[in-house]
Amino acid sequence: MATAMMDGPDALTGGKDSAGLAAPEAVVVRFAGDSGDGMQLTGGQFTLSTALSGNDLSTFPDFPAEIRAPQGTLFGVSAFQINFGSTEIDTAGDRPDVLIAMNPAALKVNLPLLKPGGLIIADSGEFSKRNLEKAKYESNPLEDGSLEKWQLLSFDISARTLDAVKPFGLGNKEALRCKNMWTLGLALWMFDRDRQPLIDWLNGKFAKNKVLADANIAALNAGHAYGETAELSGPLRQVHIGPVESEPGLYRTVTGAESISYGLVAGAQLANLPMFFGGYPITPASSILHNLAKLKEFGVTTFQAEDEIAAIASAIGASYAGQLGVTSSSGPGIALKTEAMGLAVMTELPLVIVNSQRGGPSTGLPTKTEQSDLYQAVYGRNGDAPIPVIAARSPSDAFDCAIEACRIATQYMTPVILLTDGYIANASEPWKVPDPKAYEPFPVTFLEEPNGPDGELHPFARDEKGARPWIKAGTPGLMHRIGGIEKNPLTGAIDYSPASHQIMSDARKAKVDGIAKSIPAQEVTLGDASGKLVLVGWGSTFGPIHQAVRRARRKGLDVSHVHVRHVWPLPENLGDLLRGYERVLVPEMNSGQFKTVLRDQYLIDARPLTKTSGQPFTIAEIEAAIEAALA
Amino acid sequence: MNEMTAIKTTIKDWETDQEVRWCPGCGDYAILKAVQRTLPEIGADPSKTVFVSGIGCSSRFPYYVESYGFHTIHGRAPAFATGIKLANPELDVWLVTGDGDGMSIGGNHTMHVIRRNVNTQILLFNNEIYGLTKGQYSPTSREGTPSPTTPLGSVDHPASPCAFALGSGGRFIARAYDVSKDLTTVLKAAHAHQGAAFVEIFQNCIVYNKDRFDDFTAKPVADATQLWVKHGEPMLYAKGTKGIALDVAALRLKVVDVVDGDWQAAGVLVHDQTNRAIAHMLVEMPFGAYPMALGVIYDDPRPTYESALLSQDAKARAGRTPDLAALLAKGQTWTVEG
Repeated sequence: MATAMMDGPDALTGGKDSAGLAAPEAVVVRFAGDSGDGMQLTGGQFTLSTALSGNDLSTFPDFPAEIRAPQGTLFGVSAFQINFGSTEIDTAGDRPDVLIAMNPAALKVNLPLLKPGGLIIADSGEFSKRNLEKAKYESNPLEDGSLEKWQLLSFDISARTLDAVKPFGLGNKEALRCKNMWTLGLALWMFDRDRQPLIDWLNGKFAKNKVLADANIAALNAGHAYGETAELSGPLRQVHIGPVESEPGLYRTVTGAESISYGLVAGAQLANLPMFFGGYPITPASSILHNLAKLKEFGVTTFQAEDEIAAIASAIGASYAGQLGVTSSSGPGIALKTEAMGLAVMTELPLVIVNSQRGGPSTGLPTKTEQSDLYQAVYGRNGDAPIPVIAARSPSDAFDCAIEACRIATQYMTPVILLTDGYIANASEPWKVPDPKAYEPFPVTFLEEPNGPDGELHPFARDEKGARPWIKAGTPGLMHRIGGIEKNPLTGAIDYSPASHQIMSDARKAKVDGIAKSIPAQEVTLGDASGKLVLVGWGSTFGPIHQAVRRARRKGLDVSHVHVRHVWPLPENLGDLLRGYERVLVPEMNSGQFKTVLRDQYLIDARPLTKTSGQPFTIAEIEAAIEAALA
Repeated sequence: MNEMTAIKTTIKDWETDQEVRWCPGCGDYAILKAVQRTLPEIGADPSKTVFVSGIGCSSRFPYYVESYGFHTIHGRAPAFATGIKLANPELDVWLVTGDGDGMSIGGNHTMHVIRRNVNTQILLFNNEIYGLTKGQYSPTSREGTPSPTTPLGSVDHPASPCAFALGSGGRFIARAYDVSKDLTTVLKAAHAHQGAAFVEIFQNCIVYNKDRFDDFTAKPVADATQLWVKHGEPMLYAKGTKGIALDVAALRLKVVDVVDGDWQAAGVLVHDQTNRAIAHMLVEMPFGAYPMALGVIYDDPRPTYESALLSQDAKARAGRTPDLAALLAKGQTWTVEG
C-alpha cells in the first residue's frame, strides 16, 4: 500500500501552473493543535470520511502523555496525521503535505516535519502575543517571513467560527470549541468529501443537545464554504483523490485496539470457551479493556483488577477454572506480571498476554510507540520459562494474530505473548471485514476422566504436542494440586529432585519449540527468496519497510522484505531462508533486539537499523539504509 | 459457602497422599486437622472445593487437602481466587495465607478481595514471624522483636489483621488460634457466611517464634485472658467474673467485674455480631488490660462481588444473540464492488 508520492505540494496549493498538474496519488495531512482542541476527534472523523470515499489510508495519532497540558504550550501539542490515496497506503506518511496548525505551539512543533513547499493552514486568531511567547516565538512567524519556503494560508479561524455559530447563542468558550469542526469543514472541501456522514455523526453525538449539534454543523458548513470562496481569491485549491483499487467486499476502518479485542473474542469462540479478561488501566493498552467490557454477550467477563499482578493472576485463576484467561498491558505493567507468567509456564495453563508496547524503560514515553519489549517477551523471566511470542504488524493483522494467540495457548497449554504497540493500537486503517466462519475452529477438550493406565490421574501427562491435559477445577473426581514448585513429571506432586527438574525443564522447552511445527513456513513478503540484501522486520515497522523495499526495487536494487509474525518460536525455515541473502538488515524501533535473536538462533551476521525516538520509521530512513547497505 | 448438595465424607477423604512437611509441632498441623474436620461437617464436596494459597509455610496447605488446590505466587492468592470465583462461582474457594503473605507482600490483594466481597474463606495464619525464610520479623511482629534483620529489635508498629480486614470493608471478621477446640466452629461460621469471610488464626511457630501467644493461649491463663464472643450472649470471660461493657462517655470498651453472675448489673454488653462499631473496638482492644477477643466478632453479609458482577453481565447478555459477523461489520462501512 504505497505512499505513492504526490506530484509535489503544488498540486494542492495551485502553485505556479496549477492547470498542468495531475491529481496526486496520495496526500499526507497533519492536524495539530492544543490537547484541548479536539485534534484526535477531528482526525478520526476526517479518517472516516476518507475511508467512505474509497481511499486507502493509514493514520498516526501523536498526542502528549498529559491529559490537558497547559494551553498553548509546546509540550501540550496534539497531532493527528493521515496518509490517504488512490493507491495502496501502509504508513502514515513520512512528511505532511499539509499542516493545519491551530496555534503557534502546534506550528512550531510540527513545522520541521512539513515538506518543503507544503501548505500551512494556520489560525491567525490564536497567534496572540501571549501564545507566541508560550511557543517561544520571538516574532510572529505568520508575518516575519520565516515561513517563506512553504505555502502559507493564515486567517482567523477563531473569529470565523464565532461568526458562524453566533446564531446559536453559545458562550465564547463553547463557541470556540466548534473551531475543530470549522477546520474539518475546510479539509472536507479541500479533498472534495461529502459532508453528510459528518452531519449525521454530529446529530447522533449531540442528540441530547440540538443547539450544540446545529452549532457544530454550522461551523462545519462555514469551513466548507470558506474553502469555496478562498479558491476564488487565494492559494487554496481543491484536490480530488480517486478511490483505491481494492478487493471486492465489505470494508470498515479499524484500530489495532479494536481488532485485537475482536480477535480475542473470535479466538475464544473458535476454542469454544468463555473468555475472562483481567486488566488494569495503562496507556496505550486500556482501550482493549474498554472494548471488551462492551462485549459481554460474547461470553466475555472483564475484571478491572487492583493492579497488574492481580490482573494476570485473576486471568490465570480463570483459566484454572476452565475459561480462556486473557490479560493485557504495556511494558511497565508487563514487567509486573512477569512472576505470574512464570507460574503460568510452570502450571502449564493457557493464557494470552497482550503487550501494547510503548517507549521505555520505566514509564518512558507512555503515549509514544516503540518495539523495545522484545527481549522482555522472549527472554525476560526468571528460570527457563519459554513463552511463545507473536507480533502483529498492522491494525488489521492484529485480528488474525489474536486468534493465533488463542489457538496456541489452548492447544499447547501455555501462556502466549501477543506483541503490538502504541502505533498499531491507535492507528486506523481500512479493513476488509473478515468472515469468522472462514477460520478453522480449535475447540478445547477438557479432561473428564482419570488418564492413568490404572485409573489414576496424571495431570502432567503429555499428548503428542507435549501439552498436558486441561483439567477444569470442579470436575468430579479429578482433584489434584498444582503450583509453582517443580513437580513430578507424571503425578504432578511436588518433586524437586534433579531428575524431575531436568525432565520437566526439557519438556517445557520441547513443547514450546514444537509450536514451530504448527505455524506456516516463513514467506518472503516482497522480493526474491535470495539475493544481496534482505530486510527482516517484525511488528509495526511493516509499513515503512515494505514501502522502502518497494521503492528500492523499483530503482532496480536487489533487496527483499521478510516480515516475521512468529517471533518465538521462529518459523522452521527462517534460518535457511535468511542464509540465502548476502546481507541481513533488521530495522526495528529499539536498540537491536530482534537482531540479537536472529544472531543467536542462526549464527548469521544480522545487522541492526534502529530508531528509538518514539516515532515510527519514515520510509526515507529505511530507503537510505538500503542504499547504504548496497553501496 | 455455596448452594450445593451436601456430600458425605470423612476426615480421611480430605487427606492427600503427600507427606506433610511442616516442622514437627508446628501449629499448622492443628489448623489442617481442624479444616479437615470441618469439611465433612459442612457437607463439602471435594470436587467443588478449591484451596488457593500464596507463598510461605501456611501456603503449603493446599497440597495436604484432597480437593482442588492451587499454590500460587507470593501474596497474590486473593487475585487468583477472584478469577477462579468469577469463572466458576459454584466452586467453594478457601484462601490460605500468612502474616507475611497476606499482610506484607499481598496486603493490597487482601484489601481488595475483602473490599469487593468475593465469596471465599480467607484463613490468615498469623505467627508474627517469617518462617519459611528463616525467622525475619513480619508486619505483625510486636515492637522490639529481635530477628536476623532486626538484631536490635524491630522498631516498626505491627499491623492488626482483623482491624485491617474490617477497615477494608470486611463483612465477616473472626479470630481463633491453632489448637483451640473452637476453631472448627469459627471455620463453619466463616463458611456459612456469604461473602469474604476473614479469619485470623494465631499459629505457633515453634522454631522461630515459639509460644509467642502463650500470654493468652497457655492453659493456666486461658480463662482469664480469652474473651470468646458469641452472638446474643453477654461478653463474659474469666469464668463469668469479668465482662466487657461500654464506657459511654469515653466511647470505648471497658473491663468490668461481674458479681454473682449479675452481668446485667455490671452493664456487660450482649454481643451483636452485626454491630460494626463494637467490632472495631473488639479487634483493637489492647491486650493486657483487656482480654483477647476471639470467635465470630463481626458477621453481617451483603451481596457478593461475583453475584453482582455476574448478574450485571447476565442482564447485559439477556435477549442478545452473540453474532460476531455482525459485530465486525458494525459502524460505518462501505462496499467495494467486484
